[in-house]
Amino acid sequence: VTDEKISQAEKDEAAYFAERAKAAAAAAAPEGPHDRTLFDVQEMELNFGPQHPSTHGVLRLVLRVDGEKILEAKPDVGYLHRGTEKLFETETYPMGIPHTDRMDYVAAATNNHAFCLAVEKLLAVEIPRRAQLIRVILDELQRLSSHLVWLGTSGIDLGAVTPFWYAFREREQILDFFEEYCGARLTLNCMRIGGLPFDLTPGWTERVSEFVRDLPSRIDDYEQLLTDNRIWKKRTVGVGVISAEECIEWGLTGPILRASGKEWDLRRAQPYECYGELDFFIPTRQNGDTYDRYIVRVQEMRQSARILQQCLERLAPGEIRGKVPRVIKPVAEEVYASIESPKGELGFYCVSNGTNKPYRMHVRPPSFINLQALPRLAKGHLVSDLVALIGTIDIVLGEVDR
Amino acid sequence: MKLPPEFWTYLKVVLLVATVPAIVGFVIVLAERRIMGFMQARLGPNRVGPQGLLQGLADLVKLVTKEDITPAKAEKAVHFLSPVLAVIPALTALAVIPFGPPIKVGKTSIPLWVADINVGLLFLLAITSIGVYGIILGGWSSNNKYSLLGGLRSAAQLVSYEVPMGLSLVSVLLMTRSLSLVEIVHRQQATHLWFVFPGLIAFFIYFVSGVAETNRNPFDLPEAESELVSGFNTEYSGVKFAFFFLGEYTAMIVISCVAVTVFFGGWLAPFPNVPALDFLDAVPGAVWFLLKVSGFIFGYIWFRSTFPRYRFDQLMALGWKWLIPIALANILVVAFAILLFPGRTTGLVWLSWIFGGLFVVMYLLAKVRQKLTRRDRLAATPQTVEG
Repeated sequence: VTDEKISQAEKDEAAYFAERAKAAAAAAAPEGPHDRTLFDVQEMELNFGPQHPSTHGVLRLVLRVDGEKILEAKPDVGYLHRGTEKLFETETYPMGIPHTDRMDYVAAATNNHAFCLAVEKLLAVEIPRRAQLIRVILDELQRLSSHLVWLGTSGIDLGAVTPFWYAFREREQILDFFEEYCGARLTLNCMRIGGLPFDLTPGWTERVSEFVRDLPSRIDDYEQLLTDNRIWKKRTVGVGVISAEECIEWGLTGPILRASGKEWDLRRAQPYECYGELDFFIPTRQNGDTYDRYIVRVQEMRQSARILQQCLERLAPGEIRGKVPRVIKPVAEEVYASIESPKGELGFYCVSNGTNKPYRMHVRPPSFINLQALPRLAKGHLVSDLVALIGTIDIVLGEVDR
Repeated sequence: MKLPPEFWTYLKVVLLVATVPAIVGFVIVLAERRIMGFMQARLGPNRVGPQGLLQGLADLVKLVTKEDITPAKAEKAVHFLSPVLAVIPALTALAVIPFGPPIKVGKTSIPLWVADINVGLLFLLAITSIGVYGIILGGWSSNNKYSLLGGLRSAAQLVSYEVPMGLSLVSVLLMTRSLSLVEIVHRQQATHLWFVFPGLIAFFIYFVSGVAETNRNPFDLPEAESELVSGFNTEYSGVKFAFFFLGEYTAMIVISCVAVTVFFGGWLAPFPNVPALDFLDAVPGAVWFLLKVSGFIFGYIWFRSTFPRYRFDQLMALGWKWLIPIALANILVVAFAILLFPGRTTGLVWLSWIFGGLFVVMYLLAKVRQKLTRRDRLAATPQTVEG
């Protein structure tokens, strides 16, 4: 660095501070009687959350509003921070799985899955076919239940109360399936490194297939209430438009990216488990607005039903755990494994130093990264739209804050 | 014993003030919660008393015993007065509603209305507008940003929707030539024609505006739970909150009563021309009135469980860009139909047929459009799961 450059930088800095001081003085100066009229823009700072029914948890947004128009929205996250990533370092690999439950707590199975995939990649262990199929079944049930929660809550955000109860009726059934499988309804802890903790209970597959058979007609019910509803369309079409290029620049994944026209789904792009052999479509839409994200998610639910059906047909008796050593001590290596969680790409970056605990475990949480786009999406919209946008991004604060 | 002439009036006032809140608390709120429960695949309150019949009592006890909070920085006097301001006009408006034909007690004939004033409809519009102040001032005086936004929303919303509401009633006035609500019912009796038929468009505009006036779904923006966290009434608790609640539901009753009186023949039985249905006349007029009002209240509840909420600018656009122009055009059409056959109802009958036809055609068009767009939507995605 030359002297010349330093002096230039100093000059810039001095100019910057001078400008700031000037702006502060201008702001502090008392206003004359003629400065404010009725039609002057009067900005107001509005604190949205962390205790607000529509922020889906403890998200806090600091809004600068002119009337109801949002000039700026600053998300303030961290109210639910529990240091999960640090916790992974203090405990052995298998002990990490229950911590993942608490991240995206409406989709615990996919979290378990992503964590296990990362460790299995370190161990290079083969997963038996039956375990793969059951994992996919659990994943897709979890995707359904996560999308159902999203459907219900984002409906309530826009004032449509009834879909919530229908969605939760179906979700309740899914939670019953989980409960029957692993004893828990939300924090499932339903996968193990190398496979699964339990085999399916007798009759479970029949009950799930019956549910899956009924599901398309249930989804028709929700669509009947919302899809062609004039007010629903008015509230969602053209709200929070984002293009595929922008999505990629922001790192947005999942239904948000697909609603903007990019066909990117890790189940297809980097097939894990047995997704490669399954027949399903990846719904995409072109406009990238809230309505399209709604359509994409609803279509995804239909595709999940399809995947479930295929997996249930393919289930055959077999092993449910691969050959994993009793004490898991992977070689010193770095891996990244990711899956398509209901919210987008959920990845675990794991650094192993050869001991039985990870040296570093980093999570790529889709909610957190998708949430970044909120200020960009909300700018210029009304406070009512902000509620729709928070809903459409589909965040879970446990995952955002970790 | 000779009763003073005002006795019956006072008695009716007392009865109204005593019964309406009870009806709101015990019947309408329970009905709303149970019906919404039914529509939403759940049960609703059914624990307090048989079928939850005493839920109103439990709610009352809860609200009365709750701590009454006034925010430290609130405008105390206004904060105290605004719930009152929300209830009193709504109850006052009920004074001019004819609930049924006069009933005979001995020799005296007692009308089932408190007052039949010759500017009844105007009085109604005027007095219900005052109720808006309760909401605006309640939102402002709470000194809470969300409440303020709610108050501002309601200010704009209620002022805008007064206009189409008034205009839609004007077209009815052309048919009745009277502002007295009793006279309006008599007129419908004389012509054997409920004004909902020639006033189909006016009725729709009136009811949509009415729903907006009462801050109910899909126009419940001033309270918008998910956006403004109850908006104007966020800072109210206990009895004051109950008053706002009562005011809202009483306003619903008023709107429904006016809709029934003006458009649905008030206390008249349906089908007066069909001799086979003469037995319907055996049912007292007041019962017909209540039945019709219940129908409207059911409509309110149905709306609430079906529709999402409008956005503020969309609400304004609907009011100013659609309802007001349509209401104005409707006045012209109705006036023309009346002028064409002066002194007779032929024009109104013609109008009924035309509006009815228009309604059916529009309904069919909407259905066709829905079918077409649905196909578009499904075609945009590769294919949905079949079977």
